[in-house]
Amino acid sequence: MKLHIRGGRVVDPASGRDAVGDLYLADGRIAEAPAGRADRVIEAKGLVVAPGFIDLSARLREPGYEYKATLESEMDAAVAGGVTSLACPPDTDPPLDEPGLVDMLRRRAKALTRARLYPVGALTVKLKGEALTEMAELAESGCVAFSQANAPLGDTQVLWRALQYAATFRLPVWLRAEDLWLAKGGVAHDGEIATRLGLPGIPAFAETIALGTILELVRATGARVHVCRLSSAAGVELMRRAKQAGLPVTCDVGIHHVHLCDLDIGYFDSHCRLEPPLRSARDRDALARALVDGTADCLCSDHTPVDEDGKNLPFAEAEPGATGLELLLPLALKWGEASGLALAATLARITSEPARILGVASGRLAVGAPADVTVFDPGAAQRLTAASLKSQGKNTPFLGYELAGRVRYTIVAGNVVYEA
Amino acid sequence: MQRNPQLNANGELQHLLSIEGLPREVLTRILDTAESFAGVTEREVKTVPLLRGKSVFNLFFEPSTRTRTTFEIAAKRLSADVINLNIALSSQTKGESLLDTVANLSAMHADIFVVRHGSSGAPYLIARHVKPHEHVINAGDGRHAHPTQGLLDLFTIRHYRKDFSRLTAAIVGDVLHSRVARSLIHGLTTLGAPEVRVIGPQTLMPAGVESLGVRVFHDMRAGLKDCDVVVMLRLQNERMGGPLLPSAQEFFKHYGLTAEKLALARPDAIVMHPGPMNRGVEIDSTVADGPHSVILPQVTFGIAVRMAVMSMIAGN
Amino acid sequence: MSALPDAEKLCAKLAAELKPRVGPNAAMVGIHTGGAWLAERLHAMLALAAPLGFMDIAFYRDDYHAQGLKHDPKRTRIPFDISGRELLLVDDVLYTGRTVRAAMNELFDYGRPASIALVVLADRGGRQLPICAQHCGAQVEVPAGMRLRLKRGVDGKLALALEAERAA
Repeated sequence: MKLHIRGGRVVDPASGRDAVGDLYLADGRIAEAPAGRADRVIEAKGLVVAPGFIDLSARLREPGYEYKATLESEMDAAVAGGVTSLACPPDTDPPLDEPGLVDMLRRRAKALTRARLYPVGALTVKLKGEALTEMAELAESGCVAFSQANAPLGDTQVLWRALQYAATFRLPVWLRAEDLWLAKGGVAHDGEIATRLGLPGIPAFAETIALGTILELVRATGARVHVCRLSSAAGVELMRRAKQAGLPVTCDVGIHHVHLCDLDIGYFDSHCRLEPPLRSARDRDALARALVDGTADCLCSDHTPVDEDGKNLPFAEAEPGATGLELLLPLALKWGEASGLALAATLARITSEPARILGVASGRLAVGAPADVTVFDPGAAQRLTAASLKSQGKNTPFLGYELAGRVRYTIVAGNVVYEA
Repeated sequence: MQRNPQLNANGELQHLLSIEGLPREVLTRILDTAESFAGVTEREVKTVPLLRGKSVFNLFFEPSTRTRTTFEIAAKRLSADVINLNIALSSQTKGESLLDTVANLSAMHADIFVVRHGSSGAPYLIARHVKPHEHVINAGDGRHAHPTQGLLDLFTIRHYRKDFSRLTAAIVGDVLHSRVARSLIHGLTTLGAPEVRVIGPQTLMPAGVESLGVRVFHDMRAGLKDCDVVVMLRLQNERMGGPLLPSAQEFFKHYGLTAEKLALARPDAIVMHPGPMNRGVEIDSTVADGPHSVILPQVTFGIAVRMAVMSMIAGN
Repeated sequence: MSALPDAEKLCAKLAAELKPRVGPNAAMVGIHTGGAWLAERLHAMLALAAPLGFMDIAFYRDDYHAQGLKHDPKRTRIPFDISGRELLLVDDVLYTGRTVRAAMNELFDYGRPASIALVVLADRGGRQLPICAQHCGAQVEVPAGMRLRLKRGVDGKLALALEAERAA
């Protein structure tokens, strides 16, 4: 299929290109201008033509949680949000600790011909934090990295050995930095707001203590670690120094944590019940800055559909998580604008940077790269309503917000998989 | 920012969820109204017909005899019908959600829900889902708030001290877990008490507690100096012998109220306790039964205060 | 519209009327706020033995469901035993009769009086209940949309006044 995307503002963060022009797609790849006619022309005047977005964490709820969402609905949500590649965490039911499960999931996703799915495998069996999984086998089945998702791993002996093992096969490990004991029972950032609201708190040093442990073990093992969902200013500082010291570490920030803080919990709004918790305004601002200066490498949605029953509970009992695939673009743009960044720099955080961490060829518009492209209208502010979301998860603290950035076309491997 | 869910569009009290966020005038009005009801409780016919035909549902998800009983007495003295629902935690885990329980009761024509729940914020969730003519009174939610207790504590203090603007008050004990402490602190600061102190070991102080407008003391003797009001918080047994406190004995030695420590406060200082007391753990019997103690009057005032709250809310 | 009668003169007239009628068992209760002021004057003029009682009928009103607890209730204080008393219930203006109905209900929750006589400064008609005053200072016509109120000056002098009816 030959596609000609005509007259759009082509922004390719990887190369620095930002100019009005044309893009040609052929045989599933970005191509030079073709000799013959295109099969389809997409008029992109006034729109931005960017690499398809890459989301490092999106829960599709299969297998096991089909009552919350399905692969179909969430893949629809992904492409409606312009996401062409996504990594899913291993906390399905059963968890992704068996090659057979991974294989099945990949095949299901491929058959849907929506976004590309990159499964993240379980680091330990059943995510229990005790026995290692067959990481090499799982990698062969398609796992791009290994993680505990939000399941705690308190045994430092196990963590050390897991990193050694992963390093043996040069497999990346993705970890949330949170000390199991300090976080136990906590549901909000341990500070003034949690004290006022009477909510059990998770202190910021639950993150820095765990992060210190992880960084030491990286130093000792040489394992490549990606820290997921940094949440504190102090955590940012530790990452900055670790990178300066040359450790092979990267990290991401969730879309909620650059915009919201514990104050937004208001009168116990369970839509703000998230993991990690929303911390103070100071932490939020530090995270937003870290994303600007590159201490934080990329933004991810941490898409977690929760059904209404899961949120219609008192704050501490509510299920943590928010829907996010369709908010990745608008919230990235909102952050970029607030930070005074050029569009290319903003988009890098959801295209070329996550591509680098995933180790995939998409995320850029160079000739020969996979034809994963998102065409969007950067203006077009719309009020976010539950009805406008394709995901089965309607749970977001941003309901009612006016957000700019609307996807018009999503193209994966040269095929238009979504258009509005 | 959302509107304060306790007040309706006219700024009238629709629900009582927390003392925090209530304007000074509203608090004063509640105390003044309670004053009138105190007169009613002293005469032979202790009821007034104000809430006749109204139903008060006591929804207690956490067990409690004393608070539930005082709400029941208060409601009956207003001639309301009272229905008590003690929903043990186990039947909750049998599947019916909090909101389903409330919806079922709402179908039985409730006017006021008095709710006690172990999770902070539960009454707010309920208040968001009740019908316009239904009212929610928070009888204690997790660690967050116990507004009627805070109000009866304020009423007690006003009764014995009259003037909040010259008051030094100390709250002693497990502030970390205490909804009573939080409510009283908000009440005292709103009514203009110039010095509110919290006294306890670091393990029992919540993060950033100074932001509530209090001075923190770890030394009880220093903290009690020249106090007009001493409020002792109950220390639950579960807190002992774990990472927070080693033993009742050591706690009593450093943070228990004895006559000797009380002597550091003003000579006419009053001693309060939300109850039930752990004699010998947070308070000595001689002090609990002594001339400074107003612990029993607190209980009587509690009925008048709850009558005031119910009658003000049910009419809005 | 005729001028309003002099409240002080009416007060003196009521006292003169009541004087021969009060016995040893008599006691007086004034309804806040205007009735309480009037009762203070009458009680002094009649030199009653029993101390003066005051009542606030807020908790007995019949319009609670529509209006809620409208104003800050003052405390009802009846510093004598109601039972067996010949009560003089005092209010400033008698209109629909609902205030008096509420007051009687409240009095009976304190005990069982031997009798209750209603004493009012002004009767403006417009009764909605079968209530009447045994002792009345004057009948007063009140134009539509107005209300009749008793006022007390800084010097303690009582005066009747007309005010526009506040929207409910």
